[in-house]
Amino acid sequence: MSDQYVLETQNLVKEFKGFVAVDDVNLKIQKGHIHALIGPNGAGKTTVFNLLTKFLIPTRGQILLKGEDITPLKSAAIARKGMVRSFQISAVFPHMTALENIRVALQSFEGNSFSFWKSGASLNRLNARSMELLESVGLTEFANTTTVELAYGRKRALELATTLAMEPEILLLDEPTQGMGTEDVDRVVELVRKAAQGRTVLMVEHNLGVVSKLCDRITVLAQGAVLTEGDYETVSADPRVREVYMGAGSSGERGTDAEVEAAQ
Amino acid sequence: MSQIDIQSDIQQTILKQQKIDSRRKWILNGVLLVLLLLAPFVMYPVFLMKILCFALFAVAFNLLFGFTGLLSFGHAAFLATGGYTTGYLLSNFSGLTTEMGVIAGTLMATVLGLGFALLSIRRQGIYFAMVTLALAQLVFFFFVQASFTGGEDGMHGVPRGELFGLINLEDNLNLYYVVLTVFLGCYLLVQRIVSSPYGHVLKAIKQNEPRAISLGYKVDRYKILAFVMSAALAGLAGSMKSVVFELASLNDAHWHMSGEVILMTLIGGMGTLLGPVLGATLVVNIEYQLGQGPLRDWVDPILGGIFVITVLAFRSGIVGEVQKFVRKNMG
Ligand SMILES: Nc1ncnc2c1ncn2[C@@H]1O[C@H](COP(=O)(O)OP(=O)(O)OP(=O)(O)O)[C@@H](O)[C@H]1O
Ligand SMILES: [Mg+2]
Repeated sequence: MSDQYVLETQNLVKEFKGFVAVDDVNLKIQKGHIHALIGPNGAGKTTVFNLLTKFLIPTRGQILLKGEDITPLKSAAIARKGMVRSFQISAVFPHMTALENIRVALQSFEGNSFSFWKSGASLNRLNARSMELLESVGLTEFANTTTVELAYGRKRALELATTLAMEPEILLLDEPTQGMGTEDVDRVVELVRKAAQGRTVLMVEHNLGVVSKLCDRITVLAQGAVLTEGDYETVSADPRVREVYMGAGSSGERGTDAEVEAAQ
Repeated sequence: MSQIDIQSDIQQTILKQQKIDSRRKWILNGVLLVLLLLAPFVMYPVFLMKILCFALFAVAFNLLFGFTGLLSFGHAAFLATGGYTTGYLLSNFSGLTTEMGVIAGTLMATVLGLGFALLSIRRQGIYFAMVTLALAQLVFFFFVQASFTGGEDGMHGVPRGELFGLINLEDNLNLYYVVLTVFLGCYLLVQRIVSSPYGHVLKAIKQNEPRAISLGYKVDRYKILAFVMSAALAGLAGSMKSVVFELASLNDAHWHMSGEVILMTLIGGMGTLLGPVLGATLVVNIEYQLGQGPLRDWVDPILGGIFVITVLAFRSGIVGEVQKFVRKNMG
């Protein structure tokens, strides 16, 4: 049972001053799957990510990673256990070069991160591996470019490469395609597909086209609670899902609705 | 060219760039060294030592503010603790040589820094500044009340003594070169720290703390270490200052002093190595020059004005703006 599911939550609850943002959520993420977490704006998707990685403390409930209760662990410790997240708002180190961004991630396993007396040149042995990772997301030629100067899509690609540098077993991606044009979206889909090999991915995604292409299983969240779960066909045919999406009526979802039709 | 060739090509370029940067750094260090070695022949050594003590204070502060992104409003506490500890020990225990007093003062500030860090490090932004300010005020009131400090009158007549019991520090030139050695040692240490593997983590924390956490860094520990090192160097600056002036006073513990070091760092350029040194030099000179003349009651408003102009018009400070200019115009 429990080696089938790498990540589980049991009755996970998060309340903000009486407001229930995450309401009794039971997730089961199967090993090797790309699992989508979808739902209208404000459904609690990012909050679930924040709970899983302990950027927020759960009000109640448990989080199990490979059967182990990791609820009491801190964010950094969870990352070291192999569950690494990205952020909804692109998270890079803006005043470092692309290469240096990756090195920060690789360095976290080097055991020299408190060595304030060592020369910075000792980090150069991470350069080759960093270049490989940059190559894998098509950023080779930008290795020496300061990150603020990169276009948005490239920043997100860099963020993904940085996350992959951690060699995570479980990858949590919060809307990796948000704010991208179709061309960039296609690239990211390919990148995620490649990154998912040998890994488990949990991703928040508004773009149902992306979800249908990538994901093995989908959990729909509405007002903090799980509305339904299943594969793409089951979920997209569920009238309740269509209802919450249309009821939300926000810009992101209008496009999505059309895509539900297209996919059917 | 194959992908591998391109990759190694870029790596070569990066290494070359590092070499150029490092050469530039050492040339600058050399120029600084020569200037400081010759300075006492054209300027009064005690005045120069004052500059060096404040420069060290600002360099220490900048390690935390400029390189870690933590704005402490309580650094006066460490300057004063270093000064009072050293002053008290050298005044009351004649068996102590000067360096022992200075080391003890530095250690005391280090311990205090650890206490401050543990109590404040979880706070973010303005709350962090407020906690450090509150703690520093506690320290200030302690020094006001404690009898050994001499209260409002200050602690006078701290003996300069002899370095290692050998070199007479009553001689201004001797003392100058001792202070200079300590200053340069600390300056190089900070230069090393910020470019070390640890320094890279600090940079990451400063630029995007949640991301650093998500990459597995226990950021609080890195911040605490930076805070403690910063406090230690600030304490060392205070210790030396009490030896130079044979005096430790409440001025050093006052929140004014915490504000002044922020001003020095901002004017010179936060997050640069030379910035705080230049900023301290300017502020000490401005205070001295104006203090002599008819504008002596206007020192604070004028410094305040400079502060406002810096924050509004050239946020990167003098050194920061020069760096930008050089980068833009010379590749
Ligand atoms: N720190 C917080 N304090 C109070 N309320 C919060 C906090 N974080 C989130 N919320 C609330 O919890 C609800 C869920 O927010 P969350 O960011 O998880 O939504 P989401 O599903 O990620 O939405 P989106 O699609 O817009 O990203 C929202 O109503 C939000 O206002
Ligand atoms: Mg969200």
